[in-house]
Amino acid sequence: MTEQRFKRMKDLPSTHLLGTGTPMCSGCGGLEALHQIYDVLGDKTVFVNAAGCMTLLSVYPFTPFRGSWLYTAMASAPAGAQGVRDALDILAQQGRMPAQDDLGVVVLTGDGSAYGMGLSATSAAMDRNLDFIYICYDNEGYGNTGQQASSATPHAALTATSGGSRGYPGYKKDLFGIWAAHRPAYVATVIGSEPLDLARKIEKAREMKGSRMIIALAPCPTGWDYDPKDSVEVGRLAVKTGVWPLKEYIDGKVVHTRVPRERAPVEDYLQLQGRFGHLFAPQKNTALLEEIQARVDTYWAGVEPQRPAS
Amino acid sequence: MTPKLLSGNAAAAWGARLAGVDYIPAFPITPQTEIIETLGSWIDSGDMPGRMVTLESEHSMLTAAGAAAATGVRVFSATSSQGLLYAMEMLYTVAGWRAPFVLVNVSRGLSAPITLEADHNDILAARDSGFLQLHCADCQEVLDSVLLAYRLAEDPAIRLPVLVNLDGFYLSFTREPVDLPDEEAVSRFLPPFDAGEIRFSASAPQSQAVAVLGGGPYSYFRYETHLAACNGVAVYEQIAAEFASTFGRERGALEQYRCDDAELVFYMVGSFATKAREAVDRLRDAGQKVGLVRPRLLRPFPLGPVEEALKGKQAVIVIDQNLSMGQGGILHTELLAALYGKPGAPPVVTSFIGGLGGRDISAEEFYHMVTVTRQAIASGTVPPPRLLYTAGELREIRKLQAVAMVERQETAPARGTAAGKEAAHD
Repeated sequence: MTEQRFKRMKDLPSTHLLGTGTPMCSGCGGLEALHQIYDVLGDKTVFVNAAGCMTLLSVYPFTPFRGSWLYTAMASAPAGAQGVRDALDILAQQGRMPAQDDLGVVVLTGDGSAYGMGLSATSAAMDRNLDFIYICYDNEGYGNTGQQASSATPHAALTATSGGSRGYPGYKKDLFGIWAAHRPAYVATVIGSEPLDLARKIEKAREMKGSRMIIALAPCPTGWDYDPKDSVEVGRLAVKTGVWPLKEYIDGKVVHTRVPRERAPVEDYLQLQGRFGHLFAPQKNTALLEEIQARVDTYWAGVEPQRPAS
Repeated sequence: MTPKLLSGNAAAAWGARLAGVDYIPAFPITPQTEIIETLGSWIDSGDMPGRMVTLESEHSMLTAAGAAAATGVRVFSATSSQGLLYAMEMLYTVAGWRAPFVLVNVSRGLSAPITLEADHNDILAARDSGFLQLHCADCQEVLDSVLLAYRLAEDPAIRLPVLVNLDGFYLSFTREPVDLPDEEAVSRFLPPFDAGEIRFSASAPQSQAVAVLGGGPYSYFRYETHLAACNGVAVYEQIAAEFASTFGRERGALEQYRCDDAELVFYMVGSFATKAREAVDRLRDAGQKVGLVRPRLLRPFPLGPVEEALKGKQAVIVIDQNLSMGQGGILHTELLAALYGKPGAPPVVTSFIGGLGGRDISAEEFYHMVTVTRQAIASGTVPPPRLLYTAGELREIRKLQAVAMVERQETAPARGTAAGKEAAHD
């Protein structure tokens, strides 16, 4: 690994590559993360996209990307990445493409594809150790169709398909764990509200070969029902409360890159979001709040005290 | 040169090898598997350059195929039946990308009930996808069609993927003498794929397959694809003429067998047309003026050549090795649409369904179809589509049903009520 490129906030890229004026919702936490990711990856990339909110980034004849883009389908973006990667390698090998025309291949999908429909194609891409970066922007539901529950939806969240008094009955799937079980080159969680942590991880991923898998929690004002101006705050609280652990899997080990010394109560995070409003009004659902807090506590109890990676 | 004994699957693999394909995304399915195994063994032994990768499904296989073609390499893949349908979303998608490559389909009846042998409901399910289609009747044609398909797919006036169809078992596992064309002649006929500017490259970034908003732009791109497919009739005839002068084999949009003075013609696709040829010969021996018209090119539909070939005939006997539930034969429907109102169109077009799931069509049945059709000409009344099935076959299925019934009756008490269970223990 080269000397760390991003020591402090002022080391982050000051030129921004992703164009503005996209049709994403205001306050989109996914777009916030993508801006930062693209700045680190650079424009010699081809994004291979699956059906989701970000499919609307490139609508004929406009694109916010300076590099390339290929929309595939909901289930098979990693297979699209396989085809592009292999074809670029073949062209280079045959001398039909100069080395400087090579591209980094980056899959871009939402949680609906990553956690569900596209999981088989993703698993197989890691089996083949496909040389690519996978970015999942995880807004914890089928956001583009109006926030129906997906297997990334957290327990008790109200969605368009789980509107009952207890919200979504299931528990958010551990995609990080599933991906790590494939032993790919790299797995990391990031969030746009922690730009330094994000930039370090993306830079690390960029310099590696093989399958590099990133899940970005994407606070979603539209789907989570909060004021778009609070997106950064919601993201910070997701980390401070320990709801969204920042971690990475590398060389067979999981390392937490940010261990909150004192975790804020999950209530601080939940009460900002309308999707959890039923936990607080008309009366506080203490039992359910305690259950959610206990799950977070249990997770962190299993994390050995670690020094954050420098 | 000496012909080599090759199965249809091996002929398809030879077609890909001679075409110098760069990339083969694969997924196994009976009866296609021999194609990818053969290509895999050649790549492993170094007999063939190229890269093969096994995906986890046909849906992913087609995605990888389209993506690689969109990046600028020559791509080959193969599937069958359930696999083709599993990939169906991507068939439409990659055709919309205008990604040129060749996909071989080894026809096999669709589930349910699940089976292994051939009919054409699989390939015809892809009829409206934007893939062009070539249908083969023998193993030599399989090899030749793969080469023709690349020329067609990569033609700048077309730029669409092409499906080459061969029948499972009847061709896939049947060895026939096949002439392997000379490699140099093939490379003259089929130069390397030049993707031009439509590919991914850092120095020339581009977006492919982006979304559109509204019916206006959507319709425009769909119409463009349709018109490009339509160009395929003239382009194919030109390519086939070049093929004939290079390799000495006629591969026009239609095979016309003993049609010149025919009063009645059979109209069908695929390997069972070789049985029709034999029936035509026997009927000719008996003094009946019968011929055969067999489209090799089914998409684009070769309207002009079909109209011309059938003009002035008394009747057409359409044999569909497929069944559109609640409608009948797909070729029959298409042919009626093509001929309606055309001057000189045959007044009688009869419809027969046969060969589903590999069921044979016997010589007697071909003769029977002619008899039925002659009756229709005489009476002026065209009978409804007939589902070919013999009394013998009905007797066999009745026997199977009787066995099933006995099995059910014998096992029913044991798995039925509590009383039944007790009785079974007695």
